[in-house]
Amino acid sequence: MTPMVDLFTLLLTFFILTSTFRPQEPAVIETPVSVSEKQAPDNDIMTIYVAKDGKVFFNIDNGKDTSRHFRVDLLKKMGEQYKITFTPKDIKKFENMASFGMPIKDLQTWINSNDSKEKDRLQSGIPMDSTDNQLAWWIRSARLTNISAEVAIKADAETDYTKVKKVMDLLQENGVNKFNLVTNLLKQEVKLNDLPPAQ
Amino acid sequence: MAEIISDEKGKKGGKRKVKKFSARVDMTPMVDLMCLLVTFFMLTTAFSKAKVMVITMPEKDNSSDTKNAPKISAERTFSILLTADHQVYYYHGMADPSKPLPQLIKTNFSKDGIRKILLDKNRDLFTKIYEYRDKRLTGKMVVADSIADEEIKNMKKDDKKGPIVLIKADSKAKYKDIVNAIDEMAICNIASYAVVDPSDIELNMLKVAPK
Repeated sequence: MTPMVDLFTLLLTFFILTSTFRPQEPAVIETPVSVSEKQAPDNDIMTIYVAKDGKVFFNIDNGKDTSRHFRVDLLKKMGEQYKITFTPKDIKKFENMASFGMPIKDLQTWINSNDSKEKDRLQSGIPMDSTDNQLAWWIRSARLTNISAEVAIKADAETDYTKVKKVMDLLQENGVNKFNLVTNLLKQEVKLNDLPPAQ
Repeated sequence: MAEIISDEKGKKGGKRKVKKFSARVDMTPMVDLMCLLVTFFMLTTAFSKAKVMVITMPEKDNSSDTKNAPKISAERTFSILLTADHQVYYYHGMADPSKPLPQLIKTNFSKDGIRKILLDKNRDLFTKIYEYRDKRLTGKMVVADSIADEEIKNMKKDDKKGPIVLIKADSKAKYKDIVNAIDEMAICNIASYAVVDPSDIELNMLKVAPK
């Protein structure tokens, strides 16, 4: 018994110390593979998720500097833009939440919902058509709150490129020209003898 | 929690015997709990952090004057066209309507597909970068990572012979194709490439391209 207890304690300590929790994701997204080994930054990152069916979700962190609460600022800005008053309780709750994707009118319901099924149902994607382009406002407001945030795009491998392109275009309109495309690592090596013979 | 197992047999016969205590702590609940916690941490931990591929897109130019557009030589231009069903086409040079259109050639993202063509076009730079990396790997040269990255960047900047690859995807292409194409640039050490929109001529070329 004792060796087993020892082993478990060791494992437990290891996991407690090394664990960084996997962020909750709004949809199952299978990213494409690439050879890139660059790691995504931990803080100051704005992530836009594009699911297989074209639904768009948005996430931004509170920033490395703990005295800045970017999510709070962002929500206040969006509230002003769409004439929605968020209560201090809403804002506090929203600050600690993860990615979201719904028309802004549903946001308040989503924040206050305690039912995870209802929460999932509300995540219907941020509208981004030309008549009601809410994603553009999210991006614009996020850029205004945290100008140094990098942009990551996490899209499913099988998403239509036009959908991703639309998101990229919106970002470019807001002055973002550098994108971090989230991919899975798949090593591929090319050696000198793989070079085709010179003609 | 500690359970004291005493020897009951000792009471039989009414004689007073020295009771034998074996003071053992029952650890089963503790092990149970730890097992549970270990499982919990194992499942919720994100071991590998997400990897990202950085791409810088050409800045959107609102002014439509084409005079200031960067001049690129047609000889070095190489276009990759992506379309439905993960199909890949390429052609050399420029598609100029006043001249006979270049031939679209069908290929794929396998090892012998587009990579062979890109490697062939980028032979000099690829060899240079490969040799540099190899020297570091085999320990012939000891250079810090940041300096090596800078060096490779300079090699790419100084390259005047390699292809200028234009990646163009039509509306039916999937996101995966684009990522594959950009990835191929990284594998083949292509110095200059860009993701751009296909022109109408190119879209027409795709329509009549061999399936």
